[in-house]
Amino acid sequence: MVHVSATPVLALRGVSKRFGAVQALTDVELEVHAGEVVALVGDNGAGKSTLVKTIAGVHPIDEGVIEWDGRSVQINRPHDAQALGIATVYQDLALCDNIDVVGNLFLGRELRKWGVLDEVEMERRSQELLRTLSIRIPSVRIPIASLSGGQRQTVAIARSMLGEPKLVILDEPTAALGVEQTAQVLDLVERLRERGHAVILISHNMADVKAVADKVAVLRLGRNNGVFEVKTTSQEEIISAITGATENAVTRRAARTTSTNGEVSK
Amino acid sequence: MSIDKTSATKDGTGVENTEAAAAAVTAVDPRLLVREQGLTGYLGEFKRKMKTGELGSIPVVIGLIVICVVFQSLNSNFLSAQNLSDITVTMVGTGMISVGIVFVLLLGEIDLSVGSVSGAASAIAAVLAVNQGWSEWTAVLAAVAAGAAIGAAHGFFFAVLGAPAFAVTLAGLLFWLGFMLKILGENGTINLDSDGLIGKLTTYFFADVAAAYGLAAIVVAVFFLTSFLGNRRREAAGVPSRPLSDTVLRTVLLAVVAFAAAYMYNQYKGLPLATVIFLVFLIGTDFLLRRTAYGRKIFALGGSVEASRRAGINVTAVRVSVFAISGGFAAIGGLFLASKIASANQSAGAGDLLMNAIAAAVIGGTSLFGGRGRTWNALLGVLVIVSIQYGLQLESIAEPVKYMITAAVLLTTVVIDSITRKTQKTAGRA
Repeated sequence: MVHVSATPVLALRGVSKRFGAVQALTDVELEVHAGEVVALVGDNGAGKSTLVKTIAGVHPIDEGVIEWDGRSVQINRPHDAQALGIATVYQDLALCDNIDVVGNLFLGRELRKWGVLDEVEMERRSQELLRTLSIRIPSVRIPIASLSGGQRQTVAIARSMLGEPKLVILDEPTAALGVEQTAQVLDLVERLRERGHAVILISHNMADVKAVADKVAVLRLGRNNGVFEVKTTSQEEIISAITGATENAVTRRAARTTSTNGEVSK
Repeated sequence: MSIDKTSATKDGTGVENTEAAAAAVTAVDPRLLVREQGLTGYLGEFKRKMKTGELGSIPVVIGLIVICVVFQSLNSNFLSAQNLSDITVTMVGTGMISVGIVFVLLLGEIDLSVGSVSGAASAIAAVLAVNQGWSEWTAVLAAVAAGAAIGAAHGFFFAVLGAPAFAVTLAGLLFWLGFMLKILGENGTINLDSDGLIGKLTTYFFADVAAAYGLAAIVVAVFFLTSFLGNRRREAAGVPSRPLSDTVLRTVLLAVVAFAAAYMYNQYKGLPLATVIFLVFLIGTDFLLRRTAYGRKIFALGGSVEASRRAGINVTAVRVSVFAISGGFAAIGGLFLASKIASANQSAGAGDLLMNAIAAAVIGGTSLFGGRGRTWNALLGVLVIVSIQYGLQLESIAEPVKYMITAAVLLTTVVIDSITRKTQKTAGRA
């Protein structure tokens, strides 16, 4: 963990969200500091995505307070979140396959000179950005289609960095990636932290969480179920917080496979 | 951090560590490395493109050469100045419509109404100029504006109300055909003044020898200067740039084509006005598509609508505007077609016009799947189609066979498009 500021960049206080009859979030608390990676974990339907969408402005909250740099703010639409300095990288990366890396990085905010695209300046800044993030791709002028999954993910993350956000939300950034590509993305997450960004990382993968996160916030059935320091917490403790029981499918399986090697099959 | 294995072997860059990354990032563009190796580099580049399915305009250029060789061997008049000049004037009407189709295809959509809209626009211009006594200039402007408005209306039904573009424009095809027949009245034909503005569109030639050569010289000079200065700027900014030899080679190639065309025109009546207007529109639309933020939005929509939406692009506005452009170009094309026969009549926009306009865009290399193509494709494609028509006419081959041969050419190109897409997918480039 690097130096952590006293006031959190983002703090959620008693946030609730309801969709019709479904209470998706109940009194959720969350704090993220600059230079800190907070992993948001929980089982399917625990409310991770809903929580992220409230921060990103897709779903406005019903109750509670969102604090940004210590003062209370309203986030009612995606634009509000962007204006504050929140960048979200969704699981489906939202890149255009037919456009090259530079074009994708600057999509929707192209640099212009006398009304004409300033390709040279965009290419220079793209190289600079990718270099500061140590992202390796063959060329910034090849279409996204020719990049691997990991490279696409890094481009999508790099794109979120163009607006110099204070908080970056990554939704399952390693879900579909191979071993080496996952390592690339985790490296990038660490560099974001080194550069002083606050990061919220949604992940199902305990190995990833242990590898890069400073804190783990567990959601269970739309409520907080503990915030853990990664260094001092075992994987079993986190899993039992996710499933809500010390006795669960994961531990039963572990016990089965270690004690009786022969009786695995039912 | 290291590059993943698959792309590392493909690009031949190898696996490197984080420490080496900073040094390596600047100089690994495979396409730019190739240029530094001279002629062998070009051959390597060509082979790589063939393998990965990035054919671009190569098949259509080869097709054009084959067409020229075949028809010239059948009839020595095919490559005569008069025939070539006629081809390049006749193609402008369909070509203009095809430029609009390229815009729509870039979105991954289709506009089936362009034939009828072109007919309706020529009828509007004729009614206003001849029956209502407007000046031809205002009649022409009104017809083009009407075409754009018609296109925008189609775009509204597609983008705002969410009806499939193919169905909306199919309805448009029928509606505007009816509209044209109605305003042409019982007579069915309105003759245009062949010395008026519309008449001159396809009959005026710059007879002065200097005009054709001058235009060729200007085009070549502007091309060289923009590439040269662009490369200088890239060098100054420290991003990969092309070597001077590359710019010179391209300029020489362009000069050969431009001056050969100028020489050919001067052997007959001189530089045709229609061709000049067509070139201006091609250069303008190419600039719009590749050098402006608006053009970038069109390509983005062709790539991924969701990504475009999240990037803050106003998807509805871009879609409506693209259909308006398509309608506008259909109107312009209709005026050129009316000019060729010096009248607006009931058969305008009928027959194989719609098919030819779409086929021209696709034959030229615009993908039916969206996001890939240039307006120059319309020029190459329509050149192929009109050349075949003229070649067959010289051989006095009847209309039915013409249809069948044009259909075969279209099918071949669509198959090539689909196969290249498959190859590109296996090569990781689609």
